[in-house]
Amino acid sequence: MTDTYLHLVNSGFTKKLAKQLGLPRPTPLRRHRAGEPLVAGPVLVIGLGGQDGASTPQPDADALAQLLAGPVGTDGVRGTLDTAGWDLDVHRHVATTETVQAVVLVLSDVEHPDDLAAPVAALAPVLRRLTPGGRVVTISRAATADDAPAVAAARQGVDGLLRSLAKELRGGATANGIVLAEGVDVLAPSALGTLRFILSTRSAFVDGQLLEIGSDAGTFPADWDAPLSGRVAVVTGAARGIGAAIARTLARDGATVVVVDVPAAGEALAAVANEVRGTALQLDITADDAGQRLLEHALTRHGRLDVVVHNAGITRDKLLANMGRDRWDAVLAVNIAAQLRINEALLTSGDFTDHPRIVSLASTSGIAGNRGQTNYAASKGGVIGMVRATAPLLAAFGGTANAVAPGFIETEMTARMPAVTRQLARRLNSLQQGGLPEDVAEAVAFLASPSAGGVVGQVLRVCGQNLVGA
Amino acid sequence: MPAARREPTTPTGTPTRRAAVIGGNRIPFAKVGGPYRDSSNLDMLTAALDGLVARFGLQGERIGEVAAGAVLKHSRDFNLTREAVLASALSPETPAYDLQQACATGLEAVVGLSNKIRLGQLDSAIAGGVDSASDAPVAVSDGLRRALLTFSRARSARDKLAALAGIRPADLAPSAPTTAEPRTGLSMGEHQALTTAQWGITREAQDEIALLSHQRLATAYDAGFFDDLVTPYRGLVRDQNLRADTSASKLAALRPVFGTHLPTPATMTAGNSTPLSDGASTVLLGSEEWAHAHALPVLAYVVDAEVAAVDFVLGRDGLLMAPAFAVPRLLARHGLTFDDLDFLEIHEAFASTVLTTLAAWEDEAFGRERLGLDGAFGTVDRTRLNVNGSSLAAGHPFAATGGRLVATTAKLLATRTADTGRPARALISVCAAGGLGVTAILETA
Repeated sequence: MTDTYLHLVNSGFTKKLAKQLGLPRPTPLRRHRAGEPLVAGPVLVIGLGGQDGASTPQPDADALAQLLAGPVGTDGVRGTLDTAGWDLDVHRHVATTETVQAVVLVLSDVEHPDDLAAPVAALAPVLRRLTPGGRVVTISRAATADDAPAVAAARQGVDGLLRSLAKELRGGATANGIVLAEGVDVLAPSALGTLRFILSTRSAFVDGQLLEIGSDAGTFPADWDAPLSGRVAVVTGAARGIGAAIARTLARDGATVVVVDVPAAGEALAAVANEVRGTALQLDITADDAGQRLLEHALTRHGRLDVVVHNAGITRDKLLANMGRDRWDAVLAVNIAAQLRINEALLTSGDFTDHPRIVSLASTSGIAGNRGQTNYAASKGGVIGMVRATAPLLAAFGGTANAVAPGFIETEMTARMPAVTRQLARRLNSLQQGGLPEDVAEAVAFLASPSAGGVVGQVLRVCGQNLVGA
Repeated sequence: MPAARREPTTPTGTPTRRAAVIGGNRIPFAKVGGPYRDSSNLDMLTAALDGLVARFGLQGERIGEVAAGAVLKHSRDFNLTREAVLASALSPETPAYDLQQACATGLEAVVGLSNKIRLGQLDSAIAGGVDSASDAPVAVSDGLRRALLTFSRARSARDKLAALAGIRPADLAPSAPTTAEPRTGLSMGEHQALTTAQWGITREAQDEIALLSHQRLATAYDAGFFDDLVTPYRGLVRDQNLRADTSASKLAALRPVFGTHLPTPATMTAGNSTPLSDGASTVLLGSEEWAHAHALPVLAYVVDAEVAAVDFVLGRDGLLMAPAFAVPRLLARHGLTFDDLDFLEIHEAFASTVLTTLAAWEDEAFGRERLGLDGAFGTVDRTRLNVNGSSLAAGHPFAATGGRLVATTAKLLATRTADTGRPARALISVCAAGGLGVTAILETA
């Protein structure tokens, strides 16, 4: 599972060689470590006026800059986060010699494509001075058919700008966008929650993505390091790989975790349960009563159920011409039909109503398609449709349903790919490497968190901006 | 020993509180030389404990006491259970002790710990058992052992040489463990062959028991009954001995292996006798208060137990016939008959063990002369007997069988009560080497 190439181009003689040969040189990504600062260096907030735009009204940029720079809660290190600042080293202008850790481009006020020029001009010279693992974040508004054409053009323009910019960045730096629906405040819980996620190392393998904030819903956690404290989560397919990583990450964020997998995977499942100090439930999720049994276990053992992560999935790859009904049925049964049935059971139970969260694992295959995976892609496309249609059903309870679509992730599954195919697949994204199971887990944990209450029916890709399915 | 029928009395003068069976966990039982051939008793017991911890969220929990044991045990495993606790995810402050009562080890562990819970000495406990026929201890001969010990005590080179000179070639042969009774030299199978002949049990009747055992265990697995009782280990997901596809004709084709030198027809085969097995099981017990405080379910309660022993050396009774005496005494103490039992679990050491026990209970003379009753003790409704299969199909790692039986029975009872809304009751009976028998009653509500 180790990426030898990634190691070689970053050490010793082979590093020089790779440089001379002009080979792709991916940078090892920094992942979240407990206790590390949100952003380790200077943060540049650029508004509509660009570098020298103090005269241009830019209320969103000003408000955001003030919050980011503001002191952490008055009643100690962590206070009521509604009012507390983030205590970052915020700049509105930087000298041409200074390095920058993150740039936040506040473009929510643009009304014409011409408005993009000044902020982009301010951004351009900073890009070369972005520290390794730096972050560029755009904040814009969703373009809709109701907008004036120039406004829509400006807003949609941000989309193209962001995606291209992400492909330009090197050194493990990423660019991602926050897209506010009409009327959503730039300081809305989910806007800020998403901003924190993107700025942090938790989003290491998320690149070139635009996440829409649908509403002002969501709340700030009492502790950003334990946003899931007091919450009970179920993770299916948790015995190994991405599912085990999700269980660990949710537990790290304070959740009590019920790990679920098929009885045959029970040995590994027990090890995960004991590691995260949760409980193991050996259950075939395709059973008719799987939803009831999940719920009953969570309620009787832990008193509640707040988060369900539909991670369990299987592949039975074959060209459709040769596939046969059994391969199709097996994949659809596990990857989508079981999720639908479990969600139905949860929604009708009356016990999944306290700001519930459903996070379902989709796949870039479900977005872009993949030869030999008609069954898998149909099921994963199905997941995307399911979360979009399920989210409104949960809205009344402050709940959400979203999907996470992993790209190439270093798992036992991808380790079984042919070596050359695997090497190519790893490089086919802007970060030129495979992601880790914990990268997917971080995205899931973010969507499960209270501050993501305004993110509804979205698909968050964790793919390093894979060339496939953009 | 007669006078099984007594006025019902409460087993303890002042009953304190009830001991609940909360749940269980075992690893699938494997055949000797199978996937667990490189696993020690410590490995398997630790795995069974860790699976239990995972199922019930007991990580770091200080359990009142853990009691478990193994029948085939290396001398280095003198503190096997405590070592397994230390290797597990339980709190290292969990005390533990080893016990051993041959095949009844696991059930006796449940009984002893339940009594401590009932007395208020413990709030929670884990009973268990493990055995490895694959990793059985092989000892050196007595002659070699004495010589080596003398050598180690010797001070001078001369004494050391003298000690080694005392070793005879015959001393070098290792002595492997056997299932032979020390007092008779007969293996357990040969003993049971005598009992089988004594009670005139037919080959067909034995094969029928074996077939049912496989069929019922397979059905229970398919229905997901063991999803919360078994955690796979070393790639084994179901009991290795289980043959869902076995048939009467396949069983009938097997050659007899025990009783072949008796004047009566030999009827006991590898199919209707339990195989040597590897495996481990655990049962979580607790007071009701402890269970509720930990948001854990109560499947059933351990109500009472009775042990018995028979004089198989000089007396009339077969080696494995002690439960035939223990059960009537136990039921009499509670004023119960077979009709009052929803389930009976009679350990299938051999198919004929079950059948000779049932035959004794149905026998007028046995009832009058041996049990001191007016006639036969009673007839067991076979539809209530070993309903999810037993040791013939699952295998029988000696000390692990008691835990398998208790957890399975407790779940059966809980399910029955959930279905009917009425209390349910079960009897568990385990025979053991040395002419021993341990029996217990479990109830819901």
